[in-house]
Amino acid sequence: MSALIEAEGVCKSFGGLQALSDCSLSVPKGSIAGLIGPNGSGKTTLFNVMTGYERCSAGEIRFDGDSITGATPERVFGLGVGRTFQITRLFFRLTVLENMLVATQRHEGWMRSVIRRAGSAAERRRALEMLQFVGLERVADSPAGNLSYGQRKLLELASLLVADPAVLLLDEPTAGVNPVLIEQLSARIRDLNRAGKTFLVVEHNMEFVMGLCHEVTVLHQGRTLVSGTPEQVRANPAVLDAYLGGGDDDDF
Amino acid sequence: MTARIPVRALKVAISIAILAVFPILFSNPTTTSIAVFTLIFMVAASAWNMFSGYSGYIALGHAVYFGVGAYALTLLANHLGFAAGLGIFALVPVAGVIAALIAIPTGLIALRARRHTFVVITIAFMFIFQLAASNFTFTGGSSGLQPPTPLWSAVSYNDHFYYVTAIVLIATVALSWLIRRSRFGLQLFAIRDDEERARGLGVRVARVKLTAFVVSAIPVGMVGGIYAYFLGQIFPQFAFDPLFDLSIALMAFIGGLGTVWGPLLGALVLESLQQYFTVESGASQVYLIIYGGLFLAVILLVPRGIIPSIQDLLRRWRTRASVQERADDEAAASRDVVKTAGAR
Repeated sequence: MSALIEAEGVCKSFGGLQALSDCSLSVPKGSIAGLIGPNGSGKTTLFNVMTGYERCSAGEIRFDGDSITGATPERVFGLGVGRTFQITRLFFRLTVLENMLVATQRHEGWMRSVIRRAGSAAERRRALEMLQFVGLERVADSPAGNLSYGQRKLLELASLLVADPAVLLLDEPTAGVNPVLIEQLSARIRDLNRAGKTFLVVEHNMEFVMGLCHEVTVLHQGRTLVSGTPEQVRANPAVLDAYLGGGDDDDF
Repeated sequence: MTARIPVRALKVAISIAILAVFPILFSNPTTTSIAVFTLIFMVAASAWNMFSGYSGYIALGHAVYFGVGAYALTLLANHLGFAAGLGIFALVPVAGVIAALIAIPTGLIALRARRHTFVVITIAFMFIFQLAASNFTFTGGSSGLQPPTPLWSAVSYNDHFYYVTAIVLIATVALSWLIRRSRFGLQLFAIRDDEERARGLGVRVARVKLTAFVVSAIPVGMVGGIYAYFLGQIFPQFAFDPLFDLSIALMAFIGGLGTVWGPLLGALVLESLQQYFTVESGASQVYLIIYGGLFLAVILLVPRGIIPSIQDLLRRWRTRASVQERADDEAAASRDVVKTAGAR
């Protein structure tokens, strides 16, 4: 399988801190890939570099074989790379449905957008379908700020789906979410994956990652430590060392 | 939904009717003069809100576009040899376009910064333009400029300005309403709530912000032109006035930032009060104290502005009514269940 999105030899430093050094990652088309590592190992930084929020000082990011190094977040999203944030970000003063409609923007022209009503009937229908898919259709008209933490995570995911991205990058989707919702979330991810979507998931919840992902990459101090199937990663002594040495034992 | 559209249409029709007959009912020149100033500020506050209210970027330099509009109309009228009269009103849209042209570079520079820095840069632009207008010779320096004075009768003099401004107001409010419900408006609101995430969802934030900024400068430039023609005289410190910026921002805040009707209500209340006190007491700065008091009252009592607070109240009232209704339904349903169970 060819890689849909990949990072090769990425370096990034913040002042004196080398957040990423020669870090590589490849997500095959149609797979669910996991990205794990101790706190501060550079997972979110790698996400930011891959989605255009940070510029890397060296290395290359490729999407579907084309370089997207240094592209803006707007362009990266337009190409079909959607992402969620570690700390859930929504448009809190907009309604749930309006939150869903923001992402539909990429399909339309500029000047026309000033006059035309937000969300055509078809777009609204599709948005409602997506809300139904994650079980939020009943709160479509309430402000997003009124949702519970778990519901916010689901809305954040659903609002990306409206734009039909080819690959979804999820930053800690289960953090702070109750076990029932985690089940629901991983079921939704499996459904979407079966429908052809590619995923890259950053997680601390090992059960979730090992159960869901086809392939797992471990980052340690800004470097790719190991990459392989969940079984291979689990059996690798270097991974255990990294986690214990990193002072983050989680449930590993 | 179908029932609400006629109500809204009715509201708009009544508002336009009031706007149309006002100078006929209150023909006293003192009153119509206050009305013209009020309409000018209603346009300015509404236009300012299209950018600042919707995007959350508080601009305090829209006096630049007001002043540019004022100077543009005066200079064009004087140099192109326009005779005093209705013909000069044809320059009002031109003043708007010139203000927009000035808004492109100034907006591009100011919008490179976010939030607080953005506010400071817009204020700086306002003073730069004020200084420029007092020092260039073509702007008449500190003694300003005078557009031609029309020879209309004192009775109907104000009416001409009133109706022209009223037309600009209707167009501005229509645009504000269109934007608010459009995709473009949704993008602006997304930027207000979380600009980084908006980018992550494909919103081209730089373009959206600049478009809104330039669009909001057009009506401000137009009423700037009307203002100059109405007063018959412009000076740098009144065309580029920091109090203008504070006033329109305060009007939008009091009425309700980011709503269509809020800035109109705010301007209606504040500007008519200000003009009234200026006329009555002769002390032109008394209104500043009242502004301060009102602002404190709004922050304390209705921090989101008058219109959103009323809407909240209505919504809560409606929800309570519908919850009560649902509870009644459920009670009735459970009674039915009990009945059928009993029958069985």
